[in-house]
Amino acid sequence: MKRILVGIKRVVDFNVRIRVRPDGSGVVTDGVKMSVNPFDEIALEEALRIKERGGAAEVIVATVGPADTQQQLRSALAMGADRALHVQADGVIEPLVAARALLKLVEREQPFLVILGKQAIDDDNGQTGQVLAALWNRPQATYASRLEILGDTTARVTREVDAGLETLEVDLPAVITTDLRLNEPRYVKLPDIMKAKKKPLETLTLAALGVEQRQQLKLARFEPPPQRQKGIRVKDAAELVAQLKKKGIL
Amino acid sequence: MPRVLIVAEHDGGRLNVSTARCVSCARALNDAELTIAVCAADPGAVAAQAAQLAGVTRVLAVANPANTHALAAVLAPQIVALAGPFTHVLGPSTTFGKDLMARVAGLLGAPQVSDIMGIESPSRFRRPIYAGNAILTVEAEAGVKVVGTVRMASFEAAGGGGSAPIEKVALSVELPAHTRFISVSAAKTDRPDLLTAARVVSGGRALGSAEGFKILYSLADKLGAAVGASRAAVDAGYAPNEMQVGQTGKIIAPELYVAVGISGAIQHLTGIKDARTIVAINKDGEAPIFEVADFGLVGDLFQIIPELEKLVG
Repeated sequence: MKRILVGIKRVVDFNVRIRVRPDGSGVVTDGVKMSVNPFDEIALEEALRIKERGGAAEVIVATVGPADTQQQLRSALAMGADRALHVQADGVIEPLVAARALLKLVEREQPFLVILGKQAIDDDNGQTGQVLAALWNRPQATYASRLEILGDTTARVTREVDAGLETLEVDLPAVITTDLRLNEPRYVKLPDIMKAKKKPLETLTLAALGVEQRQQLKLARFEPPPQRQKGIRVKDAAELVAQLKKKGIL
Repeated sequence: MPRVLIVAEHDGGRLNVSTARCVSCARALNDAELTIAVCAADPGAVAAQAAQLAGVTRVLAVANPANTHALAAVLAPQIVALAGPFTHVLGPSTTFGKDLMARVAGLLGAPQVSDIMGIESPSRFRRPIYAGNAILTVEAEAGVKVVGTVRMASFEAAGGGGSAPIEKVALSVELPAHTRFISVSAAKTDRPDLLTAARVVSGGRALGSAEGFKILYSLADKLGAAVGASRAAVDAGYAPNEMQVGQTGKIIAPELYVAVGISGAIQHLTGIKDARTIVAINKDGEAPIFEVADFGLVGDLFQIIPELEKLVG
């Protein structure tokens, strides 16, 4: 069966204004709205569109995270994923651990395509897709803004790079990571939320997959960023230019 | 003594300034020995430029026709083959470096510190998280090799004047053929590069159209500035993707940043908070961009920008 595996992560919603705990031990997440990482929603949307075009038979969503992450898996199922795999783990999950867990799922499910977000908007690491591709010894096409599946063996991917747009051809299976403009994820309708409750959700553990939850980077200290001084209002273009000249900028 | 391997970014003929910024970052490690790896089809010219960067100990030049285009899957095994004796392997936090270094980290089984903005010790690094709304200090486990990407806005480019020896290195590693370069399309421009420009004029959705953006190009040319855009403007098709400034676009630190018709979503502010001076021009006086602007001007941009152009011309 032609399968696509989509990785998702539970993150603080992108609209939440983050606060650092006064003791520097982390950011405040109690009572804060949590969501599917926006780039991962784009990954899922792309997988669903490929399936709807007849390019895949099944879309599986997978995550590595705490028990609460089941809420995000249910959202993904409501969006249209066929089933969900939850590798339950608490505490810090480094990209290498997430990728090792995903690789175990890849070996089990044999997808022809793995689609992930290019980065999670909480830790902004931007690593898991590349690390998975490395461990799997398969192609990676990061920052995708266009994805075409060409037959059974290759995909053509347009990537958003610093210079502009780059096009690569990769053999399948491959890992794709999504950029913002790949697609616009669909809204979930109420009946789909009801239907999602009946879809299969399998819970696994890192230990059962044979993956050690190693932490190689200790999170030593969290701080708020330095604040910029609030500036002044100018009344018109002439005053703006005068101020910039006074400051030696023009 | 830290031994740092820096992966050079280049276009086959010219060394990207991102490499000089990585050198500055690595020099924050006291007494570090700095080696730059240049993997190219014909690395001669780029290696010569790398050898001139101040503080560089030596340059390794790896020639292979497979390196004609920078493909992470092809470059990563070569970097891994070179990485053995090094304590740190750094690349720039550009799309080139972000794509490549994490693959290198994966092959090495090493931790990666993304977007290094400061180095406190050979094992302690500062980096932004949550779109720059928090700064995290991470400490690497003793003895592990650390892979890192260097946040461009946090480090000045290292100067020249060096004359490091260049060693040609022949690597016998198997390179994959599963990833092939097809093309790259980049708008040709005479304007400064957005990532390194001293002045940047950026536009948001309020410009209304690609046509509307023309008044910004005109002002930018008077100022000798690069032109950027908010995500909203890029999504709307007013500007190409390579102009996007913000958390998921380019993170820049110009002397002067002029935000025109940009409301200032936190994801955008992440990309500009290291700018020396921020000017905001917006018709909505309540827009969040004014909270970070050194100079704010409330009004109609289509009236203000042409006036501004005349005044600076």
